[in-house]
Amino acid sequence: MSLDYVKFSNGFEKFMPKEYRDMVEHGPFGKKVSVSQMGSFKEVLEEHPMCAGCAMTLFIRLAMIAFPNPEDTITVGTAGCGRLAISQAAIPFVYGNYGDQNGVASGLSRGLRLRFGDKPKDVVVMAGDGGTADIGFQQVLHSWFRKERFTTIMLDNEVYGNTGGQESGMTNRGAVLKMAPLGKKFEKMDMVQMAKVAGCAYVATVVPNNPRRVESVIKKAVLIAREVGSTYIQAYTSCNIEYAIPTDKVMEDAKTVENDRYAFSEYVSDEAKQYLTERYGYKEFLSKPATPAAIPSKA
Amino acid sequence: MSEALEAQQKTNPQGDPITSVAAPKSDGKKDPHADAKRQKIVTPEYMFHEAPRTKEFITGSEAAKEAIRRSNVDLAVAYPITPQSETMQLVGVLYGEGYVKEYYRGEEEVGVMAAIAGGSRSGVRCFTATAGPGTLRGMEGIASWPGHRLPAVAMFTCRVVNAPLAIQPDNIEVAYLLNCGMIVFHAENQQDMFDFIMAGFAISEKNDVTLPVGVCCDGFFVTHARGYVRMQDRGIKLPPREAWRGAVPVLDAENPPARLSRDAPVQKSNFMAYNIHAVWQQEVWAAVERSRKYISKYMGGMLTAENVEGADAVIIASGSACAQSREAVRLCKEKGLNVGLIKVRSLRPFPTQELRQLCGKVKLIVVPEFNYVGWLAKEVATAIYGYSKAKIIGGPRVYGGQSMPVELIVDEVESGLTGKKSTNVALSSIMGGAVNPDEVAHFMRSI
Repeated sequence: MSLDYVKFSNGFEKFMPKEYRDMVEHGPFGKKVSVSQMGSFKEVLEEHPMCAGCAMTLFIRLAMIAFPNPEDTITVGTAGCGRLAISQAAIPFVYGNYGDQNGVASGLSRGLRLRFGDKPKDVVVMAGDGGTADIGFQQVLHSWFRKERFTTIMLDNEVYGNTGGQESGMTNRGAVLKMAPLGKKFEKMDMVQMAKVAGCAYVATVVPNNPRRVESVIKKAVLIAREVGSTYIQAYTSCNIEYAIPTDKVMEDAKTVENDRYAFSEYVSDEAKQYLTERYGYKEFLSKPATPAAIPSKA
Repeated sequence: MSEALEAQQKTNPQGDPITSVAAPKSDGKKDPHADAKRQKIVTPEYMFHEAPRTKEFITGSEAAKEAIRRSNVDLAVAYPITPQSETMQLVGVLYGEGYVKEYYRGEEEVGVMAAIAGGSRSGVRCFTATAGPGTLRGMEGIASWPGHRLPAVAMFTCRVVNAPLAIQPDNIEVAYLLNCGMIVFHAENQQDMFDFIMAGFAISEKNDVTLPVGVCCDGFFVTHARGYVRMQDRGIKLPPREAWRGAVPVLDAENPPARLSRDAPVQKSNFMAYNIHAVWQQEVWAAVERSRKYISKYMGGMLTAENVEGADAVIIASGSACAQSREAVRLCKEKGLNVGLIKVRSLRPFPTQELRQLCGKVKLIVVPEFNYVGWLAKEVATAIYGYSKAKIIGGPRVYGGQSMPVELIVDEVESGLTGKKSTNVALSSIMGGAVNPDEVAHFMRSI
């Protein structure tokens, strides 16, 4: 049904802007697209007002390509750099109040389930480190404890980028930023551990310089959130402005940070493994077949 | 840990049979949702004007519960705060019985108001209730609902909000709600509570309104006291929310999203940005104006007037102050004073034209209130300025949990009529009438 609104009414094709026609004819709606095909289809997010070299924008693009049903996805965000790009995508976006994204997503996903039953309507929260770990912290944690069925993605640039470079809870200890004139005095918050304690069914950390991996974790997180429970992805999406990373060194920085504190990690609950395997044919969670020698041969 | 935990029996220290209803037990035969499933949908017109009613003696919280039972509510989000808690836990009972489809206890009011915003965006009918500090804690969210054009009904069981912390009745929080852009009703009693909530859903979801409705009452006086409520049969309910009907599309990925929710042009600093935000605000308040006709249709008007024509003085009140005022009118009659009463039911939109018409020839207006700041007196004075020469006494006022002795109101009527100086109302709260330079000077000194 939702695909109808991205189609043209008869006779209107030639009057529509080229951007729109490209979206209908070459967009991802109703098709399976992959990051490996980037450049061969129209992305739901192309034009945006983000800074040159912004790793967050690359991550958001990859994430949106990875959405399993972009035509039935609603994103929820809050104040921060990310929403400047997310709001430009051809996907409905809720821009609510400060730090209320996980509360809004709780009501939204429950309401959509009442209206559409088993038909997937994927709710995906994308907010920054400040929005998720600071001002939205309470609603984020409680939505996880309640096992709300939607995905939370933290765009972690380790700073309040949109307001001009202030310390956040996800900033590393010692970093000198605005509002931390003597350097941050406490550790980077361990939201990954908190997500596990709060009962998330899927928790992953990624950096954007491995598009296939980003695609893989987003897909799993969104699918698991349909039925099993809350899922959380924490992505390092550097702020090259506030951390003065030269534009051509942004990916190099991501690699360095990956080796330092952002190693790829993935936690999948047993229930989520079973769900992905049985419902979506994932093979990676099947128990390893025993070596032939171990199987007693039938006489 | 091998033994399964036994279901805990809820202790019931207060012995209250109403608020401690356990979730319905399923004996395997009777469907706990059976009665809810049998409910029949009727039109709002039939529900409000034609359906036969029977009278019950119940509390305000129970009246709210019975209104929700008949309102076809999809999602209710609860968080306890005195004196509202009983209301939302009774709505929880309705969830157990299947009358409300989805329900949970939120983390606190910021989260609750956010969830109501999310639920309303998904296209379902939403209800919540809070009080005093909860209202102010949730205010960022509440104040954003009208701008997001989110239909919903929220109930405010007013109480003290300011320090020192107290739980007593005081309706100061209404002053904050008046400037949100939402529709605001003020219930006098249990019957109003019941009627205003149900009408609230119908009005909130009208296409040319598409706004949240706040139903306020004075905590404890209405929520915890019993009164007679005439109610329709519990086997009927309002039609469900039709998600496509709103002025702004819901976010269900079935419709092209509203432009304002996609782009953030209003955040840029240029003339167009300012202009977009300005016209959006104008449209919110224009929608408040357009709700007048539905308030007339479903609630019988924004105010009620009793004995105003030819009266020596008129008392204008809202909420519990109306009940006290009605008794004051009776006492005045015994003293040979002919006093009228105007009960304001809708504060937003405010019955400006009605008051101008009613108060044109009135000499004295007394506005008793359950708060310190006198928000209603200011509303009344602003509305009738230039249309009435009445002297307006902004008082008596009680606050912080005080009750309002009827004699206080009678005193103001008497002193107002005789010109005797009031001992209870400050000169600065007396407005209108013949200008007295001393009073003006006092007013100027005290602002």
